[in-house]
Amino acid sequence: MKLDFEHVPAGHCENGVISSLLRYHGLNLSEAMIFGIGGGYFFAYMPFVKVNGIPLASFRPVPGMIFARAAKRLGIKMKKQTFRKQPKRAMDELDKVLEKKLPVGIQAGVYHLSYFPPAYRFHFNAHNMTVYGKENGIYYISDPVMEYPTTLTHEELKKVRYAKGPLSPNGKMYYPIQIPEEIDLKSAIKKGIKQTVEWMLNIPVPLFGVKGIRYLSKRLRKWPEKLGPKKAAAYLAQMVRMLEEIGTGGAGFRFIYAAFLQEVAEIYQDNRYFELSKEMTKIGDKWRKFSSLAAQTCKGRTSDPDAYNTVADLMLEIADDEQKFFMELKKLID
Amino acid sequence: MEKDKVPQDEGITQGITREVQYAVDENGKYTKVFSKGWEPKNIVNDIAWDDIKENMEIANEKIKSGKASPIMYFMAKNQMTPRLLADYVEIPKWKVKRHLKPKGFSKLKTEQLETYAKTFEISVEELVNYKPE
Repeated sequence: MKLDFEHVPAGHCENGVISSLLRYHGLNLSEAMIFGIGGGYFFAYMPFVKVNGIPLASFRPVPGMIFARAAKRLGIKMKKQTFRKQPKRAMDELDKVLEKKLPVGIQAGVYHLSYFPPAYRFHFNAHNMTVYGKENGIYYISDPVMEYPTTLTHEELKKVRYAKGPLSPNGKMYYPIQIPEEIDLKSAIKKGIKQTVEWMLNIPVPLFGVKGIRYLSKRLRKWPEKLGPKKAAAYLAQMVRMLEEIGTGGAGFRFIYAAFLQEVAEIYQDNRYFELSKEMTKIGDKWRKFSSLAAQTCKGRTSDPDAYNTVADLMLEIADDEQKFFMELKKLID
Repeated sequence: MEKDKVPQDEGITQGITREVQYAVDENGKYTKVFSKGWEPKNIVNDIAWDDIKENMEIANEKIKSGKASPIMYFMAKNQMTPRLLADYVEIPKWKVKRHLKPKGFSKLKTEQLETYAKTFEISVEELVNYKPE
């Protein structure tokens, strides 16, 4: 059985899956809209969280949060289940829900994901995809970061649902069980924007929001001296990967947010959001410039302090731009 | 970024897929555009893989000088730390560390070898007979 499910490629897996699941149930909200309502825009530098031994710089809140907030603000009830150490039950339960003709979102690790290009395959466990059917032991998969729908065997699917390590999925699956007749989109948008403004400007810890960007800029200048050329390059490379690799829609979600603001302009019938979207595009372009310069610096594995100072300076400029941007946005939404 | 400036640098997508990139069209409206890739992304992805390859080489050197067991090599190849490998084979980390040494490895029972081999998606023979070039 294969459900009549539309595969829509997306920039980001989490928002892409939710957007597609809701569309199946007749609610048309774009990935960008889910992202904006869920307050997906963020910056966090977390030296105490290490990925491959490198401190984490993230351009989004922790996995699952965007989706949980968006569902709450839209009044959508989701059924969420995990099955710790019960892979058989996790697969049986998935089959049961599919038989009810409901597509199911699942969390998966990407290391063992057979249809991914090999270069993508690292131990990252917070990937999301939709399962929309099963025939002869083969599952139909709509993975938002893939151009086309794909399939996985029973064994393959079980394996990725039971990937080990940080953020292990433990067979997590979810699907909407209640969608309100009337959605108060305007109010949901307002809540989403307010939260993003708050998180970017006012968290009283120097590691988050625009303060976090400035803090990391300061640290980054010292990398070549402190870590040596090789490790400094690895640190910088990881930052670029967080900005660009698999599922940010480009420039660490900044362009998705700009797309969201354009939709807001139409819903609110207020062209000022469209104008602000242009500012966000410029910010995104600057992050792209950062990625480009940073990658060149990494490539040579140079410890030239000037190269690190150049990208650190650019970050300060971006932090100022983002601060100014969110102060303007705050004026509009208040 | 403008739609016609979305880069199409083939690399890590390896012709298997294309990625969605948000860009503005001629009217300034956002749209989703497929991208084959972008050179800076290819560069930083290569760096991550270089580090994995380097870990594999280090493991090989240790195996050659009798300081490590084949598990060390396959652990590196699978981008694992002793912690992550312990999670996969479902035994405590200190035991994995012991199996990383030739002495601990030689004492492994067939059953345990099978668990390691399965985790690395190889046969027991491949694991036991692994010799670095």
